[in-house]
Amino acid sequence: MSAALARVGPALGVGLFRYLPILLLLLLWLAATRFDWVSTGVLPPLPNVLVSGYDLVTEGDFWVNTGSSLYRGGTGLLISIVVGGALGIAMAWWRPLRYVMSPIVEIFYPLPKSALIPVTALWLGYGDTSKILLIFLGCMLPVTIGAYNGARGAEQTLIWSARSLGASRLQTLFDVVVPSALPEMLNGVRTALALSFILLVASELIVARKGLGYLIGFLGDGGNYDGMFAVVLAVAMLGFFADRLYLAFNRWVLRWRE
Amino acid sequence: MAGIDQHTLAPSPPERRAFDLPEVARVFGWGLIAWAPVIVLLVAWEIFARSGAVTPFLLPPLSRVLERMASELTSGELFVAVGLTLWRALAGFAISAVLGVLIGLAMARVRFFYWFFDPIISIGFPIPKIAFLPIIVLWLGFYDVSKISMIAFNTIFPIVTATVVGVYAVEKEIIWSARNLGTSERALLWEILLPAALPQIFTGLQVALPIALIVGVLTEMAMGGYGVGGTMQTASRMADSLGVFAGIIEIAIVGYALVKLMAVLRRRLLKWHQEAQEPTTA
Repeated sequence: MSAALARVGPALGVGLFRYLPILLLLLLWLAATRFDWVSTGVLPPLPNVLVSGYDLVTEGDFWVNTGSSLYRGGTGLLISIVVGGALGIAMAWWRPLRYVMSPIVEIFYPLPKSALIPVTALWLGYGDTSKILLIFLGCMLPVTIGAYNGARGAEQTLIWSARSLGASRLQTLFDVVVPSALPEMLNGVRTALALSFILLVASELIVARKGLGYLIGFLGDGGNYDGMFAVVLAVAMLGFFADRLYLAFNRWVLRWRE
Repeated sequence: MAGIDQHTLAPSPPERRAFDLPEVARVFGWGLIAWAPVIVLLVAWEIFARSGAVTPFLLPPLSRVLERMASELTSGELFVAVGLTLWRALAGFAISAVLGVLIGLAMARVRFFYWFFDPIISIGFPIPKIAFLPIIVLWLGFYDVSKISMIAFNTIFPIVTATVVGVYAVEKEIIWSARNLGTSERALLWEILLPAALPQIFTGLQVALPIALIVGVLTEMAMGGYGVGGTMQTASRMADSLGVFAGIIEIAIVGYALVKLMAVLRRRLLKWHQEAQEPTTA
């Protein structure tokens, strides 16, 4: 027991030392509002933010909007991963498709994805489907390009070996090409994950009647800055933990690699 | 040194363009043919929109969208909108480029700065910074200052991490030889480390620039005002779908041009670097 403590102790110390700057910033926030360096109308005191965050969480408003945001983001992202990944691998695998799709991908890739917000609103209104379509369209290409580069990088000798050992074309695709495409595709998915948060929160801020982005705008417009700051921090934490969770998932999926 | 680990935070190189358009073009001996799918797509848009399968409100024909763009061009609105969006995006990008490289250099050379910024960067990078938009509005108002700050806030993280990773990756032999020859710490930083890390730093900039444009358009949509995002949002509210589609095409052209420009700049600036001698991928 004490041996475990002896290991945990220093690790805790190191962690504390590492994240001390964040703690200092929070202290600065406390001090700034406590000693009236800034007006509380501009920066609400941290304790108030925490209290109103607690209220929001217990009242259930927060969960309804979180649920709707997660549903939109998750569905859009899932479709973009499936369609984008399949398209990227298919482009690497089948030459005619590559010739048809690569200029189209190249044209659409640099399009600032946020420009799609008014179009999806025009097509599908302000509800869930317009957000899902937006996130699908916005997040697909990074996945496609990752999967494509990964699949093209599959070692030719591996493919030849698989073929000469009697694997069918389809088997080669699923047992050799797809696994080789995975690492780069997963990198693309990480970009897509970050993009999905940006597009989701922004579109909810701009055109929505539900969701965390909407809740931020709603609280802000009502002058409830304590609540607004609380939800902003909640969204930031959600994004942070989604990324960390994804990285852990990534390591788990790729554990067969060295 | 733990902390910013290269695998998780290093920006992946943008558009390692592996698409072999030139290969197709060579086969056919005609550059335009490689772009045929795009042309077919545009023609299909026109035909589909005119077929009556969808209302012109949902998808106006391309020709009418182009007409609209032409009229915006002659009235000068196009230049105002595109110019304002570009100005904000580039101003925010320039601020974060300068600040980001300076912070990155400081982190890579001075322990204190590393200690201070490392947790901030590793937490700040993955969070959706766009959620802070209403707070920035509360602090800085609706005008250019808040839009440009938001753009800089969103683009600085990839630049800082690229700079740190780039400086750490500089070969020790180069640093040792410079020290041996009596280089001062200052000259070492500006004349050895910065140029040697430039390829990585430039990759960070290439990641950041499209983000600047995405966020620029978003801030315009959320806060109003002129600029392509603002005009599109107004058009969308007024059910003016021609305006929305004209905006998409305009901003798509701007985005494409900026990405290409950065690739050209990279080749120019890094002509001396060995990456320019390697078989080109872009």
